[in-house]
Amino acid sequence: MTATIEPEVGRARARKEDARLITGRTRWTDNMTLPGLLHLATVRSPIAHANIGRIDTDVARRMPGVLAVYTGADLDAEQGTMPVAAPVNADATVPRHAPAAVDKVRFAGDVVAIVVARDAATARDAVDAVDVDYDDLPVVLDMEAALEDGAPLVHPELGTNKWAFFAFDSAEAGTGGNSDEAIRAAEADPDSIVLKRRFRQQRLIPAFMEPRSVVVDPTGDQVTIWSATQVPHILKTMAALTLGLPEQKVRVIAPDVGGGFGGKLQVTREEMLTILAAKRLNRPVKWTESRSESLLAAHHGRDQIQDMTIAAKKDGTVTALKVQLMADMGAYFGLFTPAVPTFGAFMFNAIYKFPAYRFELTDVFTNKTFTDAYRGAGRPEATFAIERMMDELAAELGTDPLQLREKNWIKHEEFPFTTVAGLTYDSGNYEAATARALELFDYEGLRREQTERRERRDPIQLGIGISTFTEMCGLAPSRVLGQLGVGAGGWEHASIRMLATGKVEVVTGTSPHGQGHETAWSQIVADRLGVPFEDVEVLHGDTQVAPKGLDTYGSRSLAVGGIAVVKAADKVIDKARKVAAHLLEAAEDDLEFSGGRFAVKGTDKGVTIQEVAFATFTAHDFPEGVEPSIDADYTFDPENFSFPHGTHLCAAEVDTETGRVKIRQYVCVDDIGAVVNPLLVEGQVHGGLAQGIAQALFEEATYDDSGTLTTGTFVDYLLPSAADLPSYTTDRTETRATTNPLGVKGVGEAGTIASTPAVVNAVVDAVRHLGVNDIEMPCSPMRVWSAIKSAGGAQ
Amino acid sequence: MIPAAFDYVAPSTVDEAVQALAGAGEDAKVLAGGQSLLPVLRMRLAAPSTIIDLGKIAELRGIREEGDGLVIGSMTTHYDVQRDHLIAEHAALLARVTDTVADPQVRHRGTFGGSLAHADPAGDLLAPALALDAEMVIAGMDGRRTVPAAEFFQDLFTTALAADEILVEVRVPKYTGWRAHYEKFNRVAQAWSMVGVAVTVRTEGGAVAEARIGLTNMASTPVRATAVEQALVGQAATAENIRAAAAHAAEGTSPTPDSNADVEFRQELARVLTGRAVTAAVTA
Repeated sequence: MTATIEPEVGRARARKEDARLITGRTRWTDNMTLPGLLHLATVRSPIAHANIGRIDTDVARRMPGVLAVYTGADLDAEQGTMPVAAPVNADATVPRHAPAAVDKVRFAGDVVAIVVARDAATARDAVDAVDVDYDDLPVVLDMEAALEDGAPLVHPELGTNKWAFFAFDSAEAGTGGNSDEAIRAAEADPDSIVLKRRFRQQRLIPAFMEPRSVVVDPTGDQVTIWSATQVPHILKTMAALTLGLPEQKVRVIAPDVGGGFGGKLQVTREEMLTILAAKRLNRPVKWTESRSESLLAAHHGRDQIQDMTIAAKKDGTVTALKVQLMADMGAYFGLFTPAVPTFGAFMFNAIYKFPAYRFELTDVFTNKTFTDAYRGAGRPEATFAIERMMDELAAELGTDPLQLREKNWIKHEEFPFTTVAGLTYDSGNYEAATARALELFDYEGLRREQTERRERRDPIQLGIGISTFTEMCGLAPSRVLGQLGVGAGGWEHASIRMLATGKVEVVTGTSPHGQGHETAWSQIVADRLGVPFEDVEVLHGDTQVAPKGLDTYGSRSLAVGGIAVVKAADKVIDKARKVAAHLLEAAEDDLEFSGGRFAVKGTDKGVTIQEVAFATFTAHDFPEGVEPSIDADYTFDPENFSFPHGTHLCAAEVDTETGRVKIRQYVCVDDIGAVVNPLLVEGQVHGGLAQGIAQALFEEATYDDSGTLTTGTFVDYLLPSAADLPSYTTDRTETRATTNPLGVKGVGEAGTIASTPAVVNAVVDAVRHLGVNDIEMPCSPMRVWSAIKSAGGAQ
Repeated sequence: MIPAAFDYVAPSTVDEAVQALAGAGEDAKVLAGGQSLLPVLRMRLAAPSTIIDLGKIAELRGIREEGDGLVIGSMTTHYDVQRDHLIAEHAALLARVTDTVADPQVRHRGTFGGSLAHADPAGDLLAPALALDAEMVIAGMDGRRTVPAAEFFQDLFTTALAADEILVEVRVPKYTGWRAHYEKFNRVAQAWSMVGVAVTVRTEGGAVAEARIGLTNMASTPVRATAVEQALVGQAATAENIRAAAAHAAEGTSPTPDSNADVEFRQELARVLTGRAVTAAVTA
């Protein structure tokens, strides 16, 4: 008989995956080796913009151990153009993005040739032996300069560096009033104010822990691709489309993958080039990047200029928001490059009931590494801008920034709520999260200390920063993606196989790269089917094992993929019920399923699901006309996004003599709906906070005037370590999502989205009395010190 | 991240090392702890024909007392310097500075002598070596010679070491009973110093009797803050006196601007951090 078991969902289990991931004794792509494996290395342009002249490959070709050197021109008949899954509008021309540049390089890091050799060291030596003549062209690096008349053109065939203009207007969409009119009215109204600010989202580098790596085996007419990717299923389809391979001959395996943060939500040039080389040479080929190659050539993130205009009554009621966004695409489009800033369009209004909203987006090409998704992808940028604006508006109005937010946010009783950007938020309780955060933070005590420090002109000033964020995640309802012009749906697939011995295999189309899906999915299935946690094995990442899926990004895995698992499990139970009824000689309606056992109501007769699985395996005694299988699969397409939210409060000390910022206290209360595994959630929140704080204080990818990346190693690209980050106080409120049976929302990006404005708001708040009202990110000591100094208020 | 091919020699005595270096030609390179050289090789910013690894030379490791001073073998790791009781007793400043070098992994590999011979102006150990009047014992084909720290550091990555010479020992006078503090300013914990201030003082009845102050990354070589030292000596260690003395910290400096700090900010940091370092040292 089954004993009462503690439910798995809700348990803070350590990851099943921990032992192999933490020790590294596992199948990373670079650990793969195959008989006859060759090694590929890339020749990259050191010049940001140039016509390619003669490429002399003779010396390299003649080196012992070198099998081939291919230039972009050599490969051009086969190499195709890199896929873009997200055009903003159908009539815009997408410029060609060749895996290897053919006649022109457009950023420092563009591939001009590849070398294939018997070992990695020889390949690396041969790269130095390839001699390329570059005929330099003028570079354009700054977005505003790129839009000026006569600017050098990244893609001359477009006639401009401005790729597209996209606008959302709530008056046109019927979701609100006319923003421009409301702003004009406010300008004319003595009881209103209009506040304008420009914010800059610096360029960031995802900097995943495991560099990118790909191994391609072209045995027979199959092509097997191992890749350190977030998106094996998308890679399979896109590799087929890009290179003209028959999709049924392509198998993609994402073995254990060491982080991605959106940086591996990409179909890469290097994947295509490795496939081409393997096919040409008919030998398996591996490419693994170095860290500096990764920083240079894997896609970057952010890099936007945000011109914000907000209008409000003097009582704090916001009457209109207008956002004019410029987004740096870099030199080419990656898979979702133009979708990232567009995604933010729906988030600038955040948790607020703004009556009028207009969003304008200009995408710009420059001679820099292309940008694409980085943790949050469009939403951190939007959240930063609006949460900074709310603090600035509060300062202008002389009101408390929390009270200003509360005056404008959606009240918990008003859900579901359709926003001015047209999204319907299913649930939320901003009051509850904020109240809990305040309890943990000692807001009043810190405000008192702030006043005291100001009064005694302490060199260490204290600031309090607030971020009451929401985000849209759980990508995504397929029909919505279709309306946005995204080239794929947003469903997710799961299948469950009941083995003869009563064990369970769960196949998921999501593709974990550190999140802990194997653990969380096991917990879900263990509860649903009433089987031990240890008996559940989660399979993923290999398109032959998990043939259907749309992978992992946008905090979608649980809210979409997890629901597919639930639905598949429910189908297993339904199928098993028929078999159980037959075995128990009872009517299906007389059975109740609980704790893994079908029991005949009111009797002690019953059969476990494992017994049903074995009876199905033997099929000796099976109900007439019933298929001898209780395996099931399910493809789940969500009806809506999910909308996690939370209140983050940061207390930061600013050393006014040195500009150094120290986070003294960080409290976050996230509402991510129901929770499957609180320990995994905690890990996601901590990691997310670290990356968001890193944007606020440390990280920035920079180029010199010639277009050379000046943050090409971790000496210059400053990733914080544990020593640079505070201890976090984390807690949760729980407002279940109403759009899925688990009530879950997603947590992968919340910390990153929320924390950046909380920190910058705290820094600015600390020195506002000295005349400072903005500091550009990252708030480095020099920037903070200079801001104080130029405000004239240095003590 | 694969270096270009090179010949590798691992001598077991200083004499062998000197011979090997002399025989290896112009572009040979000496490998100490490798914490700066290996990244340079891996990124192919340098491609020496021969690497002479000092790691197997036992006589280059360890710290001993000799007369009025300490002798630190050039291949002594930061970790060993950090934990050595002679250093703690007679050269506390070196211990305080070494505490701040990079992270534990680097401190277990990196060496005291390697750091000085590399002469990166952002390296932390140059300033205390200068402030403490350390002497560098250098071995070459013609035997050994001794160079004071003030003459050893000549420019960015440039020292008095000739191409065929090896730094074998560093001799440091004893500063028994001196208090010390290193005020290091960097953007993240594992980053190089933007500015560092190494202070050691001898106090007598609440007044500064002697002071030695070295600045990290305020010029292409380490800088001695002589004006600050002079202003402190004989003065009571009051906040006001320290502040007045620290105001001289940027005198004679010529820092290189970079993305983290322009000249003006670096000089201001030097003044502020000197005040803090002296305050911490007198109360250490």
